[in-house]
Amino acid sequence: MKMRRETVTYIGKSVFRKESLEKVTGKAKYTADYLASDALHVEMVKSSYAHATIRSIEIAEAKKTEGVRAIILGDNLPLIGEEVIDRPPLAVNKVRYYGEVIALVVADTIPIAKKAAKLIHIEYEPLTVVNSPLQALEKDAPRLHDNLLDYKKDEGIYPVEGTNIINHTKIRKGDVQAEMKEGEVMVESHFSIPISDHSSMETRAALCEIGESGIVRIVTSSQAPYMVKKIISRDFKVETGKVVVETPFVGGGYGGKASVHLEIFAYLASKAVGGRKVRVFNTREEDLTVSPVHVGLEATVQLACTAEGKLTAAKLKYVFDGGAYADKSPHLSTAGAVDCTGPYKIDHVWCDALCVYTNHPYASPFRGFSHGEVHFAFERAMDILAKKIDMDPLYFRKINVIHPGDTTPTQVVLTSSKIGDVEKCIDRLRELMEWENGQLEAISQNRVRVKGISCSWKNSTIGPAVSSGVVLTFNSDGSINLMSGLVEIGTGTKTVLAQILAEQMKMSVNRIHVRMAVDTQTVPEHWKTVASRGTLMAGRAVMAAADDAIRKLKKMGAIVLRVSEDDLDVANETVFLRDNPKQFVPFKDIVYGYTYPNGNSIGGQIIANGSYTLTGLTNLDPETGAGNPGPEWAVAAHGIEIEMDRKTFRYKILKAITVVDLGEVLNYKAALGQIKGAMSMGIAWAGREAFYFDENGRVLNPQLRTYRPLRFGEHPQYEVDIIKTPHLEAPFGARGAGEHGLVGIPAALGNALSHAINTELKSLPLTPEAIWRQWKEAHNGI
Amino acid sequence: MAESRQNLVIVKLRINEENHSVVIPPSKTLLATLREDLYLTGAKPGCFNGDCGACTIIMEGMPMKSCLMLAVEAQGKEVITIEGLNNSPLQQIFIEEFAFQCGYCTPGFIMNGHALLLNEAKPNKEKIKEWLESNICRCTSYEEIEKAILKAIANRNG
Amino acid sequence: MAFEYKQASTMEQAMQIYAETKSQNRHPAYYAGGTEIITLRRINQLNVDVTIDINKIAACNVHQMEEEYLVIGSCITLTDVEESNYFPLLTMVCKEIADRTARNKITVGGNICGEIFYREAVLPFLLTDSVLVLANETGIRTEFIHHVFEGKLLLQTGELLVQAFIEKRYLTQEYIAIKVRQQWETGYPLITVAALKMDGQIRVAISGLCPFPFRAFEVERIINNQSMSREERIDLALAHLPSPILNDVEGSNEYRLFVLSDLLEKIIDRLEGV
Repeated sequence: MKMRRETVTYIGKSVFRKESLEKVTGKAKYTADYLASDALHVEMVKSSYAHATIRSIEIAEAKKTEGVRAIILGDNLPLIGEEVIDRPPLAVNKVRYYGEVIALVVADTIPIAKKAAKLIHIEYEPLTVVNSPLQALEKDAPRLHDNLLDYKKDEGIYPVEGTNIINHTKIRKGDVQAEMKEGEVMVESHFSIPISDHSSMETRAALCEIGESGIVRIVTSSQAPYMVKKIISRDFKVETGKVVVETPFVGGGYGGKASVHLEIFAYLASKAVGGRKVRVFNTREEDLTVSPVHVGLEATVQLACTAEGKLTAAKLKYVFDGGAYADKSPHLSTAGAVDCTGPYKIDHVWCDALCVYTNHPYASPFRGFSHGEVHFAFERAMDILAKKIDMDPLYFRKINVIHPGDTTPTQVVLTSSKIGDVEKCIDRLRELMEWENGQLEAISQNRVRVKGISCSWKNSTIGPAVSSGVVLTFNSDGSINLMSGLVEIGTGTKTVLAQILAEQMKMSVNRIHVRMAVDTQTVPEHWKTVASRGTLMAGRAVMAAADDAIRKLKKMGAIVLRVSEDDLDVANETVFLRDNPKQFVPFKDIVYGYTYPNGNSIGGQIIANGSYTLTGLTNLDPETGAGNPGPEWAVAAHGIEIEMDRKTFRYKILKAITVVDLGEVLNYKAALGQIKGAMSMGIAWAGREAFYFDENGRVLNPQLRTYRPLRFGEHPQYEVDIIKTPHLEAPFGARGAGEHGLVGIPAALGNALSHAINTELKSLPLTPEAIWRQWKEAHNGI
Repeated sequence: MAESRQNLVIVKLRINEENHSVVIPPSKTLLATLREDLYLTGAKPGCFNGDCGACTIIMEGMPMKSCLMLAVEAQGKEVITIEGLNNSPLQQIFIEEFAFQCGYCTPGFIMNGHALLLNEAKPNKEKIKEWLESNICRCTSYEEIEKAILKAIANRNG
Repeated sequence: MAFEYKQASTMEQAMQIYAETKSQNRHPAYYAGGTEIITLRRINQLNVDVTIDINKIAACNVHQMEEEYLVIGSCITLTDVEESNYFPLLTMVCKEIADRTARNKITVGGNICGEIFYREAVLPFLLTDSVLVLANETGIRTEFIHHVFEGKLLLQTGELLVQAFIEKRYLTQEYIAIKVRQQWETGYPLITVAALKMDGQIRVAISGLCPFPFRAFEVERIINNQSMSREERIDLALAHLPSPILNDVEGSNEYRLFVLSDLLEKIIDRLEGV
């Protein structure tokens, strides 16, 4: 028996995902796979106007339909919401976006529910549609929410009375007015990004059942089961211990499933039928346009630098299209303000980040949490400014990089733990892209190959008082069960947690059984599976739990071996005497207590726990924005190489490159997959994804054949390189990794295309038609 | 359209080499039948519109989108679903190559890839692209899936 | 009334079921690939409650070279067209429709007779002046495609498209087909053009420009007029298009014209000298 642990480390090892076999055999269960033939079906009755007063709702005929068990309207329901309680669960008096749910039909089968839904007659009085965030800001724009200030809201959210602005975040660092007047080189540009969507492969679904003693059981495809629990409890006044939310595997979320949406309908439906089990399931069209979407942005960037290229001041106005209800978007706009400049040292920063109401589907978080949007605007402005001073755009980034010792827009003083090394990323990108060979190469008369770059950074702004907990129990054979409230949405983090535990316990990762499904009653809370904070928070909780387990094992071991706890070590599922490893006791003999030869028993099952809270975070000062929003900034440099036909404006992305400072990599192939997957999402979003609205605020492309994610064969060649500047608070120094691949990609693409045709492109998506139009405009139609 | 419960038909299906008789409305798709009547939930409802490929199964050796066919059309035909693959090399390679993340599109991709291997001796990149373009993956960059398919072809052809 | 699925093994049977269904005030439709029927019914854009599966009708499944013609049955799938590759231009056009797995089910007849207006599969038939075999209650008629296809196939009630005939001499002519999408390589067409050289003249058929596919006779007349410069020809051709030019989420009408201009140039480049 091996006494000393083999020098196998799990750090960096591409351990196969623990749920691999379930997923490749089709056995993995997602919410809608729980067929529940004992469930009633819920059909959503949706608004056919984007903005209208509801004059009447006739449900008599529908109610008479055989097989209909209940019809629910929005009267007498409390308002709900996340950081602002502004949303009626079912529209009442007014509808504020096309597709907003007005009523629910609960029936025996889907066809019956659909039939009855069609018999519900709603009379509307149309109102003027606010179809863009800029329109929302106009003086005479209709007010979508009359009593903004009356809404209950979290701290740190500042609505503006008499407007459609639900949040105004200010960054006032240094003295921008003074700097801008200095006669430095300046550029000012406006950028537009329309609303788009997460389009997870699994559409949202939820089941709900309410038991005799009032226990509300919900099964849902969610990134935030604990938030579902909180909202149902808080807003519907259900004792919190009586709300139990379960989440099995989730087929992608990317932030969209962090918002609580269908679960509310499931709860209301079950309640209306005396607690019977109900099932609600989004069709693709509903998932795209009725459930929350990916926020849009209108940005104005003013950027100034010295003649030598040192950035001096930035004045930014970011207007986010939050849609009809606030949900998470006030936080999104705050996050946009926090990292409003990209990873550069700028002493004078003025930013106004506004989150506004429009008659669009409302926004939930989307991968990058406003960073992709903000970076498109800022990094395009950087390229425009670099061109103005005739400086190489990559070199321009390099000389302006933010370093430890510098301050961020919210005036956090950086350390090398708090931020990755942007310069190293840039230098490595330069090599990988063979930047010295030139940015533009003519292939033929019309065809060119062009390179574009960008830099990015991202911290999280998930607010103070969020925590993650882990419980470990032992099996009688000495193996360990790991329970964490982190949801397996595809990131592979559940496997990484097992790796961390295996590393701490110096045992085989195969002997760690990770509970994949989450339930809020028996699995400790992980705040939400978002923000690329899974590894940090749940990972630290695992490490704390491992420490606890080791302590408890050593305590038992000390008794059994009759030595001091301080002389013991743990490895290979044994507790052994450091000085003489031949004196050991295996886990299996102590994890269920220990029995002496004479029959006396001591101890019991060893249960270990640990938790982790982000510490030191503060709210932002309402006037200056100063504050500490999150634990660390991961940084990256991105490059895109395209081949473009300058006559037709059609292009192909040849290569996409990201050099990202992840601090440490815990599972190499999983991390690579996350980075590349994020890049792929960024490419599709930048090049093709957008919702098209007609003048009535209706989405014209609500199917996957008209709203098009990237498809196999359209993918470029990817290259990813990883820099390692550790975040000292994180497990083994690992920074968040899930979102960063995406953040700078739209900007890099925009920069490449703009360079290719010598026209500044300022909006997404970067379709050939959009490029053609902007080129024509710039060349006055010649 | 609402279906009256009176009109039900008996459909004899052969799924994963097992014979089944189901009683369903004739408008029921093969996808819905597999999931609700046979509890084979591997094929997924990604769009009900034939756009995403998550519902892909193999019928008479060809990949088919089960949301685009009525169950009655499968009567008398050999159908394989993801549950019918027994530890195929392709499945193992998908694991090794990290060719999935959330796993929702995975059964569809494996079915399509499996069918490709059944039908084509030496598919080149163009052929692979033509077939696999039928499936959407939102998590990965497609590079891992491409690598998995290429590896499966190389291993098979020796 | 409830949805019914019926199967016909002969044309007569299919027609009979159709007529019977109609007489009961129900809504029949012939069912080949059925993909459009399923997807449009789901979103209540198609009122069909009896489907008549015609896949077993022998005549609809013919796919072979005869003495003077290529014969293609209406139930031949787009994948079959690609794999048999009797007519490379048809293969090229069909290969870009939907995706491969869907093409394992979508039929030539279904694509041509469908509600969705692109109907790209018809383009090579329009170019080759093909002959269509239609069956109705009173019997079978053979029609020159241009007499029965105007943006869509003008079928009588209960009429069934059985087969299409293409003269063999067309199969080996020089051709070009280009499908341009809003972005990259997948999605609905922005514009699809197919062109063929025959008897020294370029022929052009277009889908996606208008809400119907068409043979661009006017455009052909103009671009084959070599007394004008290439630029003049293209400019003039753009002024002789049917209306309306589509203006939708795939692209605006102006942009479509911009794209078409480039496509016409590519067609002339490819086919003028050969």
